[in-house]
Amino acid sequence: MELIRDLALQAAQMVLFLALAPGLVGLVRKVKARLNRRRGAPVIQPYRDLARLMRKEVVLADNASWLFRVSPYLIFAATWVAAALVPSFATGLHFSWTADLIAIVALLASARFFLALAGMDAGTAFGGIGASREMMIGALAEPAMLLTVFSVALVAGTTQLSDVVAFMASGGVGIRVSLGMALVALLIVALAENARIPVDNPATHLELTMVHEAMVLEYSGRHLAMIELAAAMKLMLYIALVGCVFLPWGIAPAGAGAGALMTGLVLFLAKLAAGGVLLGLFETSIAKMRVFRVPDFLGAALMLGLLGTLLLFVSRSL
Amino acid sequence: MPDAAFDIAHLLAGSLVLVSFMLIYQGRIHALLNVFALQALLLALAVAWQAHMRGAHHLYASAAIALVFKAMIVPWALHRMVRVLGIHREVETVVGVVPTMLAGMALVALSILLMLQLTRGAGNPLSREDLAFALSVILLGMLMMVTRRNAVSQIVGFMSLENGLILAAAGAQGMPFVVEISVAFSVLIAMIVIGVFLFRIRERFDTVDTGAIEQFRGEKRA
Repeated sequence: MELIRDLALQAAQMVLFLALAPGLVGLVRKVKARLNRRRGAPVIQPYRDLARLMRKEVVLADNASWLFRVSPYLIFAATWVAAALVPSFATGLHFSWTADLIAIVALLASARFFLALAGMDAGTAFGGIGASREMMIGALAEPAMLLTVFSVALVAGTTQLSDVVAFMASGGVGIRVSLGMALVALLIVALAENARIPVDNPATHLELTMVHEAMVLEYSGRHLAMIELAAAMKLMLYIALVGCVFLPWGIAPAGAGAGALMTGLVLFLAKLAAGGVLLGLFETSIAKMRVFRVPDFLGAALMLGLLGTLLLFVSRSL
Repeated sequence: MPDAAFDIAHLLAGSLVLVSFMLIYQGRIHALLNVFALQALLLALAVAWQAHMRGAHHLYASAAIALVFKAMIVPWALHRMVRVLGIHREVETVVGVVPTMLAGMALVALSILLMLQLTRGAGNPLSREDLAFALSVILLGMLMMVTRRNAVSQIVGFMSLENGLILAAAGAQGMPFVVEISVAFSVLIAMIVIGVFLFRIRERFDTVDTGAIEQFRGEKRA
């Protein structure tokens, strides 16, 4: 009975991510459109796009290898598994013993690896340029992400995400300058990883600016649908990660009753909506950076993560 | 030990180090001066918090001096100087931002390791931590003086180095008040002298880029 309940909760978490991720993307687009005084597509437009893409025929390049065909599924699977490990409405889910922060970073990194490979596979110039830029961003964003993970783990005493969240929610944290730095670093990494505006523009096919869109340019049909859905889930994963580590209020503890679960769910939806609106606001108010300035931007995140970790070492060794 | 008072002191001292990095990161000269004012404000808060925690009232005077002189008068004077001199709005650096930041991180790690080793056994954890952070701020100020080509941003580096000194002094049970006052005034005098020098340098060389002066003295190889 206990096992069935645990599995049901875990399944609910996975379905939640799958079901809400396109809606989140739609919300961000809607907010941006409204801020530009456009009416914008309805929030459910990404669902329609995905449904259309699933029905469409797949066009493959003549010289594309098997890698090009399997990559969308690998990317989707890795991202979905990573999303299943981030506590959204409840901690202590069935898979939470595997929910190590470093494992989540590794899953996302392997998705990025396959995406970059697939981008180069078709042999077009766009795919290559997108892949090389993506790897440049990744080479800077991943260390910054890991340093953030370290400073959070030093505070909580574990890298097990579920335990970290439980510790953060317990209120025994106090005022920590390192956590503030880790939050800013994580936000910068999230913007870069999700190809949002100061680093990349998700709404353009202009050759000079695009990174993510350049890599997926050759994809069509259900392959493109898989990749788009994975990208949407990645965005939701990062918002859920920021929400569960830095704003853990209302998240249901392990073994909680139905009431606590409902509260957790409602609060999670509120956090998600707030995250989407804030992202739209931020993207509207800032200009895209030149590609060669991106290392400076991500370098700041790296520096913040490193500084936060160093400060924690100081306060622990006293 | 992890109580709120200590956490707030940690927060303020840690933010000082962070702002030192912002000084290095900042690419525009007016924004640089604003960040410098922010650092002085944080310093005043940190010193005032020490005064409150220890009940050491003379430290309030140090905080007030930091607030008035370094957060208001010096940035205002530097802003005016930049306007009058008509300096480029962008900061010219000798090496790129990222290598400088990495060097800065190494300096912070060095000073933390060094200070925690040196003060091992000295009781008060707050003083030890403040000393470690103060040394970081001092070294970062020096780094900034070394890596900037524009004389105004070198002054900012010097002033932020002095912020580190005050933090160290406040951490070490406070320095005598006479010393405090005289340091504050000597920094102000130094600021005036440097300002006069800047005008003289510009009159003679038509620039405040110190690279030009090196060339004039025949030190530059190019």
